[in-house]
Amino acid sequence: MISNILVQSGLYIVVLLALAKPLGEYMARVFQGERTFMTPVLGWLERFTYRASGVDPAKEMRWTEYAVVCLIFNLVGLVVVYAFQRLQHMLPLNPANLGAVSPDSSWNTAVSFATNTNWQGYGGESTMSYLTQMLALAVQNFVSAAVGIAVLIAMIRGFTRRSAQTIGNFWVDLTRTTIYVLLPLSFVLALALVSQGVVQTFGPYATAQTIEKVDYEEAKNGPDGKPLTDKEGKPVMEKKSTQEQTLPLGPAASQIAIKQIGTNGGGFFNVNSAHPYENPTPLSNFLEMISILLVSAALCITFGRMVGDVRQGWAILWAMSIVMIVLMAFAVWAEQYGNPMLAKAGADTTATAMSSGGNMEGKEVRFGIVNSAIWANVTTDASNGSVNAMHDSFTPLGGLVPMWNMQLGEVIFGGVGSGLYGMIMFVLIAVFVAGLMIGRTPEYLGKKLESFEMKMASIAILLPPLVCLIGAAVGVMAEAGRAGVANPGAHAFSEILYAFSSAGNNNGSAFGGLSANTPFYNSALGVAMLFARYPLIIAALAVAGSLAAKKTVPAGLGTLPTHTPLFVVLLIGTVLLVGALTFVPALALGPIVEHVQMLALK
Amino acid sequence: MLQTTLQSIRALLVFTVITGVAYPLAVTGISQAIFKDRANGSLIVKDDKVLGSRLIGQPFSDPRYFWSRPSGTSPQPYNGAASSGTNQGPTNPALKEAVEGRVKALRDAGGDAAKSIPVDLVTASGSGLDPHISPAAAEYQIARVAKTRSLPEAKVKELVERYTEGRQLGVLGEPRVNVLELNLALDAATK
Repeated sequence: MISNILVQSGLYIVVLLALAKPLGEYMARVFQGERTFMTPVLGWLERFTYRASGVDPAKEMRWTEYAVVCLIFNLVGLVVVYAFQRLQHMLPLNPANLGAVSPDSSWNTAVSFATNTNWQGYGGESTMSYLTQMLALAVQNFVSAAVGIAVLIAMIRGFTRRSAQTIGNFWVDLTRTTIYVLLPLSFVLALALVSQGVVQTFGPYATAQTIEKVDYEEAKNGPDGKPLTDKEGKPVMEKKSTQEQTLPLGPAASQIAIKQIGTNGGGFFNVNSAHPYENPTPLSNFLEMISILLVSAALCITFGRMVGDVRQGWAILWAMSIVMIVLMAFAVWAEQYGNPMLAKAGADTTATAMSSGGNMEGKEVRFGIVNSAIWANVTTDASNGSVNAMHDSFTPLGGLVPMWNMQLGEVIFGGVGSGLYGMIMFVLIAVFVAGLMIGRTPEYLGKKLESFEMKMASIAILLPPLVCLIGAAVGVMAEAGRAGVANPGAHAFSEILYAFSSAGNNNGSAFGGLSANTPFYNSALGVAMLFARYPLIIAALAVAGSLAAKKTVPAGLGTLPTHTPLFVVLLIGTVLLVGALTFVPALALGPIVEHVQMLALK
Repeated sequence: MLQTTLQSIRALLVFTVITGVAYPLAVTGISQAIFKDRANGSLIVKDDKVLGSRLIGQPFSDPRYFWSRPSGTSPQPYNGAASSGTNQGPTNPALKEAVEGRVKALRDAGGDAAKSIPVDLVTASGSGLDPHISPAAAEYQIARVAKTRSLPEAKVKELVERYTEGRQLGVLGEPRVNVLELNLALDAATK
């Protein structure tokens, strides 16, 4: 049992780091405009994109222009996604005849996909037409990921340029990321997933004749389409039976590939990667888990390459990996330890060669405890948010880990691009704190850090927690917020806190019991997602502009080395301290209280 | 500003054609050519009738069949059109009640009341469509199925073993039994 945990999680980490290195080096070449083995294959597409969009790739931008162009591009994307949902009933490629999506849900989903969050208030197979999934959602999966990486690359140029006024060209960074990085990776992954059984077709849903007939009850609707109620206000139930099963199909693999690679996470189907058609085998699961962190991990290497000192990239990657491994081990333990209630009710929860035991509520047999807990960590380390098990049904401590991963600001790997520019903000704070301790002017990679950089870093680090906590407070105080919870007691608070932590850090996963497809949650979480994304992008670009304008000072005796194990510890300490001080009180009211309650029920 | 907006619209259009049309079409084309069965849902077809999918579970309540895991989909279990878990939290009284009810149902149907039941058989899956149960959960049901079908236990056990998959590539995931395929094989063996 222990060996199974060690082998599966060890294999994951080794493969991830082994793949991150070559990919990171490849991306560094791409972003520096060097020739790679993909240039002959896709170079024409890059040039075509510039020509067709009417942009001049040679034009350099100041940070302010870079930011404005980036924001306008995002706004256009947001409007398009909104329009597709509202009009899908009049557009083609809608074999299931799905109607227009409601205005509040469309707003929420448009923000969600433009900000790379992919929070989903809706159920995919029952809401979105094939056309909406492809032309609106899948496209945003690519470009929202590319926007994050573009901003990171611009920020890196802040360190590499001296006395410069500009930080690159947004269109070039966006296009190169999409065409040389996201597209080839997604293409390969999509085909690998289909080979495992992920569906990829434009045919209509299939219908199966099941072996047994199923009898069930369904709420009866009146002629106005609203549920009927009897004199006591209870819904009128209608007895039905069926021997048919709808098998939802669609072009899923192509979208799942980019949702993982681009840390988007929005599922094609309602239960996301727990659905056997999204994630049919342990191998598909492994490939998807690798893809979730791959680009974010590789970007650390890219960063090291581009600033001319690979050790700087490795130091950040180690800091991320160490936090991930420790929290992952804790979550696996919590889920394997399980829920004492289950054993008391007559279930066998011991792990054996024939059963994975533990807390199997909301988990799939093919993944078991280990792969469900690893995934929950990985998806919340990255701002991915896809799930292969229901986080709402995790044990209190097993659910605390993904929640805290998000609350740390999505910097343990984090979203593609956004994770590393967020982490660099923490690096600046760590360097500043260390500078104060040794009485020197703080500097990082040869750039003096002054009050402007510190202000921007503080905004970037403090804004997401502010959004989470204020949002959760409003959620528990508002009638409409409390109405959405599915579970009683402390767990209800956890559901609301999780939702705002997820939206307020652009993650997108959920304690899925929360009925979030309501005007209140759709609007409030939409606002949270906007605040978690764009002010941080502006702050990162402002730092880039400010640093690029500075001279580079050579490292002296008093310079704090930022590639050493000591600095790794300092960086981890900074991240955890901010995360703990901000969120421990809230976590104590939710998962920690519930853990104590769960043990008391024994 | 206006120029940037126009560039944004044009760029988004180009990316839509590349990533929203060309990319999924290319993946679909190749998938349909080389993975036709899998790209279309891994369907089990007999005499032109679709009996189900190897990847999607079905509900069973007859003691003659191996039962699948409980399902949280509504209104009926294993509703393929609306995948869903129960999302019940660990201290939710409804979860306790549900688990106790499932334990009772399995014991009433002829399960060994002295044995505790493998946990996956009394907890709902994440998707509500889990096609598998653990080998332990299959073993728990062998005696019941053999008895109700008047088959020797060894024969049923042999079938279970045939539809048991180990860890993929020897390390990944968990061992599992495909319930629908096993039940179809049982019906074929009983005729």
